[in-house]
Amino acid sequence: MHPAPSIILFTTLSGLGFGLLAFLGLGMPGSTGWVAFAFFAIGYALAGGGLIASTFHLGHPERALKAFTQWRSSWLSREAWTSTATLAIMGLYAIGRVFFDANWQPLGWLGAALAALTVYSTAMIYTSIKAVPRWHTPLTPLHFLTLAAAGGALLAGQVTIAAPLLAAAAAVQVLLWMQSDGALARSGTTLATATGLTGGTVRAFEPPHTGTNYLLREMVHVVGRKHSRRLRALALILGYGLPILLLLMPFTHWLGLLAVLTHILGILAARWLFFAEAEHVVGLYYGKR
Amino acid sequence: MTDLPTTTTRKLGLVIDLDTCVGCHACVISCKGWNTENYGAPLSDTDAYGADPSGTFLNRVHSYEVQPDTGGAAQLVHFPKSCLHCENAPCVTVCPTGASYKRVEDGIVLVNESDCIGCGLCAWACPYGAREMDAVEKVMKKCTLCVDRIYNENLSHEDREPACVRTCPAGARHFGDLADSSSKVSQLVAERGGIDLMPEQGTAPVNQYLPPRPRDQLDQIDVLAPYLEPVADAPRGFLGWLDRALDALPGGKE
Repeated sequence: MHPAPSIILFTTLSGLGFGLLAFLGLGMPGSTGWVAFAFFAIGYALAGGGLIASTFHLGHPERALKAFTQWRSSWLSREAWTSTATLAIMGLYAIGRVFFDANWQPLGWLGAALAALTVYSTAMIYTSIKAVPRWHTPLTPLHFLTLAAAGGALLAGQVTIAAPLLAAAAAVQVLLWMQSDGALARSGTTLATATGLTGGTVRAFEPPHTGTNYLLREMVHVVGRKHSRRLRALALILGYGLPILLLLMPFTHWLGLLAVLTHILGILAARWLFFAEAEHVVGLYYGKR
Repeated sequence: MTDLPTTTTRKLGLVIDLDTCVGCHACVISCKGWNTENYGAPLSDTDAYGADPSGTFLNRVHSYEVQPDTGGAAQLVHFPKSCLHCENAPCVTVCPTGASYKRVEDGIVLVNESDCIGCGLCAWACPYGAREMDAVEKVMKKCTLCVDRIYNENLSHEDREPACVRTCPAGARHFGDLADSSSKVSQLVAERGGIDLMPEQGTAPVNQYLPPRPRDQLDQIDVLAPYLEPVADAPRGFLGWLDRALDALPGGKE
């Protein structure tokens, strides 16, 4: 699939932001006043900023409000609801923390649950697409959730639980890669089932047009897959390995910041691959994948 | 709502005969023409006369080569592909705005362009590549089964079928109600063993494809042919000498 920068930024940053908001909702850290303000500001900048970035790839962003209408069937619509609900509930909770030195804990728990639901909805948008076998696995939501938990813990300064969460997220990431590498072959969809032609070996002889088209640009993005192995290594080292190492050292804010920055870089690389490596079955019609 | 209807009264769709299609692309052109000049946003072309032309099409004709397992000559199959108006259309349920819908009365899958936000998720969800985002209008375009022709009382009766069907010079495209087992298209599907594309994707497509018939195997009918078999398999005379002489040169005989 085409790795659109706006979607890569959105899913990476908003995942991190909703992870942080979830930890803040759980009272970890339970700070108040200016410190709480800083934490909530970062959470809102990432989660809200990510949501805004996601509208950049829309053909008609002026109609974006219509995306709230189809929550009964569409995970994208559900994501619109869960994300705005999270931001609204966590906003109320933040007012208590920042201005009244109060801990309205039920609101916090509700906000944390909604944040987790938002990340789950984001993941399900991809998971529900059967035409992309690489994404069509329960490991995809598990990957998004563990990643948001690890990144959120890291941003919330929860040093003791961030390291094991990062390790768990890394394990799920590796599992997802291992599982997804043969996903297209295991899906059973081939050029033969796509065309229904039997009795021999089917080969794409001639494409329908001499130039390229929307389908090839959007679904058959081959260029980005070239450096798959190196990008995977980079993602593992920067996204998970280095932050864990930095967390194991005696904690300072500078090391914490460095851990967050390398984590984001690593996850951006992994998210690039998540899209660039995802083969859509329509590529088979063009003799590509 | 983008929930799919549990059943539709009729299942209008196409039956495409891969045995008859000659790959002339007339259906592609008539589709582009009708759908640019009539309902909805026109199908744009970008850089049409430049170095990198690209355009929106609702129907495209691929060509495939089938090399038979039993040996023999490869067969070329022309393969028109457009929206299959699936009963279990994955493109409809993912739509966040309700712009995509499947009609209860005839099963046609349509896009309400004034509700489309151009997120492209439906095109991702379709395994067949039947939906294309228009590069200029930024809304999702797809085959409407010429809904503005088939019910159009301003057209004469023979024109009330999809433009691709109307134009096909080979008669390889058929339009009708696939829910009605007595309809011409249903009988054609039954008779010729019509198939679903990508059945494992679970989309339950309405459009059906008729597989190419196996090619005839001609037996040897010329009674004189055995007498005309070449009798000499080793060259003799001058050619034989030349053959041996060339072999004798260094590097000649392998």
